[in-house]
Amino acid sequence: MPRLTKDEKPAVRFTLNGRAVSPEAPPRMLLSDLLRHEIGATGTHVGCEHGVCGACTVQVDGAPVRACLMLAQQAQGCDIRTVEALAEGPELSPLQAAFREHFALQCGFCTAGILMTLDALFASQPEADEATIREALSGHLCRCTGYAPIVQAALAARNRIKGGPIDA
Amino acid sequence: MKPAPFDYVAATDLSEALDALQEGGSDARVIAGGQSLVPMLNMRLARPATLVDITRIPELSRIEAKGDQIIIGAAVRQATLESWPDLADRLPLVRAAISWVGHTQLRNRGTVCGSVAHADPSAELPLCLLALGGTVTLRRRRKTRTVAARDFFQGMMSTDLAPGEMITSVSIPARKQGTGYAFREVARRHGDFAIVACAAIARPDGSSTLTVGGVADTPQTLDLPADTTGRDDRLNEFAWHLQARDDLHATARYRRDLVRRLGRTTLKEALSCRD
Repeated sequence: MPRLTKDEKPAVRFTLNGRAVSPEAPPRMLLSDLLRHEIGATGTHVGCEHGVCGACTVQVDGAPVRACLMLAQQAQGCDIRTVEALAEGPELSPLQAAFREHFALQCGFCTAGILMTLDALFASQPEADEATIREALSGHLCRCTGYAPIVQAALAARNRIKGGPIDA
Repeated sequence: MKPAPFDYVAATDLSEALDALQEGGSDARVIAGGQSLVPMLNMRLARPATLVDITRIPELSRIEAKGDQIIIGAAVRQATLESWPDLADRLPLVRAAISWVGHTQLRNRGTVCGSVAHADPSAELPLCLLALGGTVTLRRRRKTRTVAARDFFQGMMSTDLAPGEMITSVSIPARKQGTGYAFREVARRHGDFAIVACAAIARPDGSSTLTVGGVADTPQTLDLPADTTGRDDRLNEFAWHLQARDDLHATARYRRDLVRRLGRTTLKEALSCRD
């Protein structure tokens, strides 16, 4: 069993957006800081750093979790997806495109986390109803939009992803 | 908002974890899901010298039904229990309460036993464990002991856990025939800390128990007879007995009112859903 002393910086091996990475991290480093400062994946935003705001939400093995409440070392062997995984080249994902069309973001600080929660939700529940969407969104704070456009965008994206009418 | 430095042990079996905890004494802490501990590390309310990660210990990751007890290992995540196929049948109270535990993003990492170890006065899982008469199994290197939930929770975020010791599982009595279970909560926003949370258990003979979290330092229990005469007075006395305080989330008066009203509704629901 490896015991890491506080000054050691061993590599953390995990998959980030389909690519194997092995950045170095001391025990006290948070996953959010590893992503942003060691890897340079700055799409994941950091707000409150105690799990309340949801800005840093990423997917770990398919499930949305707070990157600020996970130690970088705990990512060993995990499959991690961040907002950088959503667009294909210049092409926005249906979820991102719906956010743009419905004015579901203004400053954009909370958006990356919200997209990762909704992406995971629609992957596991393509038929998620508005109540389910709102419950998933309850783990995120947005101070610009008042949430209504976010719910609209989520409903439109859900319909588009499952091939139904574009607007909810 | 970054943790102070600490040593980190990723234990792969229980004896490694127990050795590291023994060695670290009161400066060592267990980390599982980290959903309560990491905020405390980030805010430097906790500064352990050693963190012992128990999430990769396979024997702690199991949910087992043994007779009328459901045993939940220390590394079982709240989301895993939430999707356990037998949850509604065996632990209906936990089934009703678990969606109130933080947000889905927190339940994906947070563990059942971690919430019990943290012992937040408004937390739903300690409330359920206490209401159902569950027990906590504690291990140190050469000793195992089992403590009733009512003795384990000693105060606000304070438990019977000793240095060098860790929770290995909690054991919750499964649903009994003819008994009704109900859970209700009021929070500012779904997923926020409970202002008042109520768990009610109604037995076949009509007697019932109300357990209330979010008001006193630990969840508190009121036993009620089948005869409903004077029930509102009992609830009123109980509401005052909890010694609610004003805080940023709610006034003491509002909390007392919630105990009376939500308590009555939750008891009624438990009585009506006996099967």
